[in-house]
Amino acid sequence: MTATVSKQQSGHSEDLLALAASVLDQAAGEEQVEVLLSRATSTTVKVYEGQVESLTSADSSGAGIRVIRDGRLGFAHCGSLDPTVLVETLREARDNLEFAEPDEWNGLAVPDGVEVVAQNGWSDSVVAFPVERKIALALELEQRVLAADSRITGIRSTAYGDAWGESVILSTAGIQAVDRGASCSISTQPLARVGEETQTGFGYDSGRVPELLDLDHATAEAVDRATRLLGAVKPPSARMTILLEPRLAISLMGIVSGMLSGESVLKGRSPFGERVGEQIASPLLSLTDDPTRSESIGAEEVDGEGLACRSNLLISDGVLQGFLQDSYSGRRSGLASTGSAVRGTRSLPGVGAQLLVMQPGTRSFEQLVSSIDLGLYVNSFSGMHSGVNSISGDFSVGADGLMIRKGSLAEPVRELTLASTLQRLLLDIAEVGGDFEWLRGGDGACSLVIQDVSLSGA
Amino acid sequence: MLEEPTIQRVLAAAASRGADFAEIFAEEKRSSSALLDDGRIEELTSGRDRGAGIRVVVGESTGFAHTSDLSEAGLIAAAETAASAARGSGTGTTIVDLDRVNAQRPNLVRIMPGDVPKAKKVELLLMANEMARAEGAAITQVSARYADSHRRILVANTDGTLGTDEQVKTLFSISAVASGDTGMQTGRESIGRSVGFELFDTYEVGDLARTAAQRAITKLAARPAPSGEMTVVIGPGGGGVMFHEACGHGLEADLVGKGASVFAGRIGEQVASTLVTLVDDGTMGGEWGCFAIDDEGRPAQRNVLIQDGILVDYMWDGLRARAEGRASSGNGRRQSYQHLPMVRMTNTYLLGGTSTPEQILSDTESGVYISHLGGGQVNTATGDFVFGMTEAYLIEGGQITEPLREGNLIGNGPGVLTSIDAVGNDFAMGGPGTCGKDGQGVPVGDGVPTLRVASGLTIGGTAA
Repeated sequence: MTATVSKQQSGHSEDLLALAASVLDQAAGEEQVEVLLSRATSTTVKVYEGQVESLTSADSSGAGIRVIRDGRLGFAHCGSLDPTVLVETLREARDNLEFAEPDEWNGLAVPDGVEVVAQNGWSDSVVAFPVERKIALALELEQRVLAADSRITGIRSTAYGDAWGESVILSTAGIQAVDRGASCSISTQPLARVGEETQTGFGYDSGRVPELLDLDHATAEAVDRATRLLGAVKPPSARMTILLEPRLAISLMGIVSGMLSGESVLKGRSPFGERVGEQIASPLLSLTDDPTRSESIGAEEVDGEGLACRSNLLISDGVLQGFLQDSYSGRRSGLASTGSAVRGTRSLPGVGAQLLVMQPGTRSFEQLVSSIDLGLYVNSFSGMHSGVNSISGDFSVGADGLMIRKGSLAEPVRELTLASTLQRLLLDIAEVGGDFEWLRGGDGACSLVIQDVSLSGA
Repeated sequence: MLEEPTIQRVLAAAASRGADFAEIFAEEKRSSSALLDDGRIEELTSGRDRGAGIRVVVGESTGFAHTSDLSEAGLIAAAETAASAARGSGTGTTIVDLDRVNAQRPNLVRIMPGDVPKAKKVELLLMANEMARAEGAAITQVSARYADSHRRILVANTDGTLGTDEQVKTLFSISAVASGDTGMQTGRESIGRSVGFELFDTYEVGDLARTAAQRAITKLAARPAPSGEMTVVIGPGGGGVMFHEACGHGLEADLVGKGASVFAGRIGEQVASTLVTLVDDGTMGGEWGCFAIDDEGRPAQRNVLIQDGILVDYMWDGLRARAEGRASSGNGRRQSYQHLPMVRMTNTYLLGGTSTPEQILSDTESGVYISHLGGGQVNTATGDFVFGMTEAYLIEGGQITEPLREGNLIGNGPGVLTSIDAVGNDFAMGGPGTCGKDGQGVPVGDGVPTLRVASGLTIGGTAA
């Protein structure tokens, strides 16, 4: 079996690997041990009214240690790479294991021979970018946003942020994985004001080369979002078609992917548990979780257990194809890991999507708008955590946006809710846009037109 | 955690390029948790974190650096990084006389969770699982979580403040899934207090388990929630989430100062019904959001925010208070030593009124009764906020009738506050919450008596 070490990135993290190996050396007898070590450096510059409001410079590190013996699992984590602390953390994980109940399916990930698709996650230019220029970039963005529109009266915060770091996973089961990455971003939150009314916007860009961060894009997005809702009123309640731009379409797909976790299925928490091969969505929808897509800033080489990331087709033409698995859920389901373990140092791996990609339709965003007689183009959702239940499928969120009347964008509306069930929303998809884009968060998304959604307002 | 001479040398290094203010925040945190799921104890986790954050303020600019190395050399390196980030120009030879902050501990911890055998914690989970499942065959899945934490902090600054605090928290939560012809429904209940393992002398996990299970079972027969504006009666306890969102965040001085709050410039004005007196109180013994000192070394305070509907004051941290030449209100909090403090709520609650809960209900011809709320979210600039209802019923003819499925409610803060037309005499605190702001989570509490919002809340359901 080949261990999953990235060729491109090996040779950089020897000291972390050596430290992890020194922990594994203490594994006793039948014990299986997995060590995840990580360290990162980050900078955040926030500017306000032409001044640096705060400049944070941080180094952080952490470790998570998983021990399995006789089917029992123990875990401990620490915010340090101090060898003495790591020894104590291993001891804590062992002690914890004594109180867990045995589970025959417990075990570490085992190398499965799937080759890593090399990614270019590192960036020397992020690391080399001088502090003065980080500040200058944030100040410049603030200035541009303020100058863009007379209705922009202030900006809550404008920031430049970057981070780079590395992590290693080493286990007695033969896993050895190294992951390194660097990225940078800019963001701004302007306030638009007319009379007594204030609206807020948000603009953002991210990448791996600070010089290429798109200030124009962030400015335009922020100003448009802040100003387009000015004058918004509460609309009357009705059932109607909604149009979600790619950013919001993917937040819906993110919830759906959570319902397609093998762990939720095993534990009877997924409404789609028994439905592989069945039509669960409109035939227009195809959805893949594919962290190997190098075009995306979210591409990854290995998952949270050190297995190679791979492409997993979840929904094809509306038909459910299968579920995401980590090594535990895969083993217990009689399948294999799909390389879908997600985690940080502070937690055990869980199953999750890493880079969702929607398959595009054909028509442009403008064509989608012109095809809608009466609908709502949604600007933002709120309360996604408080009104969406991925077990029952109940879906109810706050929203604002622009009405669509006779194929054109019309008046802004706010203080409304949109409700349906997740099961129905998938089946009620009337069109997937051809406006595919790689979002700044990494996912690949298109606009969605969904019909027959309950809008509650006045 | 740190000796005074070390603190003085680190503060001197932080102020060496000239500073209006410099601060060390050191933290040591131990946590443990145990999770039951799918019928068995699945995992036990322990965590430990230790480090310090150093803040240097020059004019309007703050430099901040943090380190997990608490040696003097490590702290001085972080202090120099923070000083350079603050971009001070000049020299400082600050030597500070440190005065210990004498703050009243909000309560005594009787049983340190770290001293309790893990087997006892596991036992609670097993019992909760059994009790929840015993509520009926409809209960098809149960998960339960026990967690405790022990946080020690030290804050010292160039104003001469030296304060320490020890914060112990214990939490238990349970979630049940019920399955029936209508699909699956969920019910959840949790209890968390700033106390030790004696929490379980007061609260029976069996009661929590039954409540969570019944919540899920009840919803199997629930009808879709209505759609549109209705009168809403909120039961005692968890309804505090509504005030947290409707006005709590909007009364945070950092948001107010930037014009990002609908409550900016409204001190002394009538912002709510005269029945509303809203308090934020970090001193409330044992509550989830209490402490002796805040994360800037300021003793916890009880602050009246709204008195009889009149806006009295905002909440303040050190930075914002300094700019206004006033005192902090003890609301400077941070998630950990890796974060800058900002204005945060503690325990936010509405004082009780005079109506009996029975009167309030029987006076309500039709509406929705919410007995358990989920989380919420607010846009402080517009005042629009949402919160989730996780146990709710229709009110018909002054009576609670059919259960409703889950959903969000939406309203506008100022509008909803002025539409409160009844406040009960049955105050209760709600469950433990984690409030998120700019990427930082801190523990908060809230509470309300029974209350009625006559208009202004829109129920986000699907039924016509």
